Amino acid sequence: MTKKQLVVVGNGMVGHRFLELLLESGESERWNVVTFCEEPRLAYDRVNLTNFLGGKSPAELSLVGPRRYEDAGVTVHLGDRAAVIDRQCKRVLSAEGRRIPYDVLVLATGSAPFVPPIPGRDAWGCFVYRTIDDLKRIRLWAAQIQTGVVIGGGLLGLEAANALTHMGLETHVVEFAPRLMAMQIDEGGAQILRSKIEALGVSVHTGKNTTRIVSRGGRVTEIRFADGGVLAAEMVVFSAGISARDELARNAGLEVGERGGIVVDERCRTSDPDILAIGECASYRGRTYGLVGPGYQMARTAVSTLAGGDDRLGVFDMSTKLKLMGVEVASFGDAHGTLPGARVVAFSDAVSGVYKKLVLSSDRQRLLGGVLVGEASSYGQLLSLTQSKAALPPQPEQLILPRLEGGAALPGVDALPDAATICTCQNVGKGVICKAIRSQDLTSVGAVKAATTAGTGCGSCVPLLGELLAREMKRAGKKVSRDLCEHFPHPRQELFHLLRVHGVRSFDELIGKHGRGTGCEICKPAVASMLSSTWNEHVLEDRHLGLQDTNDRFLANIQRDGSYSVVPRVPGGEITPDQLIALGWIARKHCLYSKITGAQRVDLFGARLEQLPQIWRDLVAAGFESGHAYGKALRTVKSCVGSTWCRFGVQDSVSFAIRLENRYKGLRAPHKLKSAVSGCARECAEAQGKDFGVIATEKGYNLYLCGNGGMKPQHAQLFATDLDEDTLIRYLDRFLMFYVRTADRLQRTAAWFNNLEGGIEYLRQVLIDDSLGICAELESDMARIVDSYRCEWKATIEDPVKLARFRTFVNSPEPDPSLVRVPQRAQHRPATWEEKQLHLVPQEAE
Amino acid sequence: MTAIALELDGAPWEDVCALEDIVPWTGVCALIAGRQVAIVRTGDAVYALGNLDPFSKANVLSRGIVGDKDGIPKIASPIFKQTFDLRTGQCLDNPAVRVPTHEVRIERGRILVHREPRPGDQDGA
Repeated sequence: MTKKQLVVVGNGMVGHRFLELLLESGESERWNVVTFCEEPRLAYDRVNLTNFLGGKSPAELSLVGPRRYEDAGVTVHLGDRAAVIDRQCKRVLSAEGRRIPYDVLVLATGSAPFVPPIPGRDAWGCFVYRTIDDLKRIRLWAAQIQTGVVIGGGLLGLEAANALTHMGLETHVVEFAPRLMAMQIDEGGAQILRSKIEALGVSVHTGKNTTRIVSRGGRVTEIRFADGGVLAAEMVVFSAGISARDELARNAGLEVGERGGIVVDERCRTSDPDILAIGECASYRGRTYGLVGPGYQMARTAVSTLAGGDDRLGVFDMSTKLKLMGVEVASFGDAHGTLPGARVVAFSDAVSGVYKKLVLSSDRQRLLGGVLVGEASSYGQLLSLTQSKAALPPQPEQLILPRLEGGAALPGVDALPDAATICTCQNVGKGVICKAIRSQDLTSVGAVKAATTAGTGCGSCVPLLGELLAREMKRAGKKVSRDLCEHFPHPRQELFHLLRVHGVRSFDELIGKHGRGTGCEICKPAVASMLSSTWNEHVLEDRHLGLQDTNDRFLANIQRDGSYSVVPRVPGGEITPDQLIALGWIARKHCLYSKITGAQRVDLFGARLEQLPQIWRDLVAAGFESGHAYGKALRTVKSCVGSTWCRFGVQDSVSFAIRLENRYKGLRAPHKLKSAVSGCARECAEAQGKDFGVIATEKGYNLYLCGNGGMKPQHAQLFATDLDEDTLIRYLDRFLMFYVRTADRLQRTAAWFNNLEGGIEYLRQVLIDDSLGICAELESDMARIVDSYRCEWKATIEDPVKLARFRTFVNSPEPDPSLVRVPQRAQHRPATWEEKQLHLVPQEAE
Repeated sequence: MTAIALELDGAPWEDVCALEDIVPWTGVCALIAGRQVAIVRTGDAVYALGNLDPFSKANVLSRGIVGDKDGIPKIASPIFKQTFDLRTGQCLDNPAVRVPTHEVRIERGRILVHREPRPGDQDGA
């Protein structure tokens, strides 16, 4: 049988999904498949486009595996655009002059950003936000300016505004409608959203009709509004919606919708039965759909139509959940309460910035839809309740009230019927997921995603997948593995015990006796840390060298371009004028960018590998020691100035902080350790946000444990009060060693504490009352670490073998030519990849 | 450049260092014909692959941790921890990404690296 020719125009998310489904179906056997891709790269994850600015590469965003199309026999015309459809001769003519005949044509041309017809919109500095190349242009422009304006306060506009703030711009959002995200949420939700976004420093201008974009020398300078208002702008990003790219179909005489889009029937057929249309370019039931979920559904239906199947488009779910500038926003089902008889209950809390609304059926038995702003963790379950039409509890408003005020717990995943949709992006139901977990013996959320495709779209159902997995595993009597990694069938705590009890002093010995394989980037640093906090040998000894993360291996902190930063220890934050001058001299001598850290130290950036030894010779000569900023180790004990100078201080916090820092410096732990000592209850050193914190009282010191700043702030727990210095140090010796022995890898003290059954009372029993009988052992272990301390850098610069490893090239003394600097505020920063690519700075060697 | 280029079997090989210059289970970086190449030693083999980490665009792969995944020898980027098959350069976390590799031979205790990447290997990014 001769194969028929199938031409697919467009390789966006939907065009690619269509091809994947076609290949999976086996239907591709019957077809020669040719596809056009107008962009210079194959389909990528446009939903998560903003991640490109967060550092994801185009390769990471790509949806197409390497050689995927070639291996499947799909011909791709990359960078070429279908220009004309000749329906008479059934062929497509391309912009580059190709003539490709078709038996069936699938249009997946997507949509284009809608740029309102505002005079001046072509000025330099005006952009749209749609493709990776758009983002590259925006980023380059943003690097030279301070102020950016986004026109459009919908979902895409706020994404763009988020991107602009991340680039450090003063950001404005201009919206024609009286509120933000008018499509998805209501007035109450929009007010909360606006206040949260404004609190992040974005200026919001609603009800503004932009009439003119003013430029000088071709560059945009300001925008003007119908009400006479003016807004200064060095960049304008249009994000005022999208319009279907139907021009190809329109010119070929296919029927298009009144509001744009290629009209399709429920089998994705256009007015020409040999031409199908899918995704954002298609108009179904009088409208187009700008979400990926409906596009994927169309791709499925189109494959079925090609195969002679009977799949038909249903009603599209337009529910969405997203995080805009850290604010969760979700809208599902009949969010605006337009169905007959719909009743609304709403909860609004302007103080904590939360708005929740449920749309209920007239008998209050069923959930029809809703809006969540500020907190949307229940989205997945509420959406499932809506779609499955499951019966609601008697007082459904309890579902959105804060739990403290007596709100009811949401019905768990158990309450959902098997038919309930869990992943709306991929249309995967609960029954399918549970069956896959059971029959394929899945044991991780990643495996569930791979096996069912659930959770691979917007990701909002991933917590539900975790719940389903935990439930199914429990039902099957299985435990979630706590093994360190594939090389060690033990949790960290067990390995630590084996290492101590059997006197294991090297990784090779440990993996030989208690593991398998050769190790990896997970177990090696974990074992290096355990060896160090037990035997305290130099981390650069030959047998430990390969275990160290690059920071430990070069005793410095690697930065984004592969250069390093250096942080000398400044115990308690006390520094003499001579030491400060020395730091300045050394930074200037080696051309290092200097910054004060949050831990009362000085960070010197931009050191090349081969510079580190000389920098440290200079620092050691000036009396500095390693600050261990590179290690999972004690960083700093911060202090306020205390009773020596401060009129409020009740104890000498600086002296005590220095004593603590010098005692525990160099101690390797499962994660970094931070500490502080405050000289009075005013708590200027912020000790309650540290792994261990000390606050002076009239009678001595209060000890706080297991606090955390950073990503998940958590207040430390008051452990003991009015201690003298020696008792406090004894408790700390015990606490730190207990944590070092029992925590998981990379588990900060706060997370460790949260998993301790019995909480602070249990810690007191173990560390004060010695309920486990291990306190003497913990103290002697700590004494050994304290007694064997040596400055790692001092030891290194005295050892020619270790020093020889600090070189960029094993066969050349040249410095790394790819490290390029750009001046900034009287110092410098690393050149970006784009700056290097665009020859804005000297080119690297490759 | 101080390295010496040797002609062996008519193919251009570069003598980059002695085997004992590399501690087992670590890597070093060599400058070969203007390219940065990571030379990585496991327990019993030496591999060469592009030093440019395609994710961070930093020349750092040689400074990663060496080990295995299900027996596949691999190195982890020290920046964002993606791992790469030492034999093929294939990224084990993202099928779309691959780094170039070079042939390596050990002769009389010296490590010789082919000056050109294996044919067909390009920048994966």
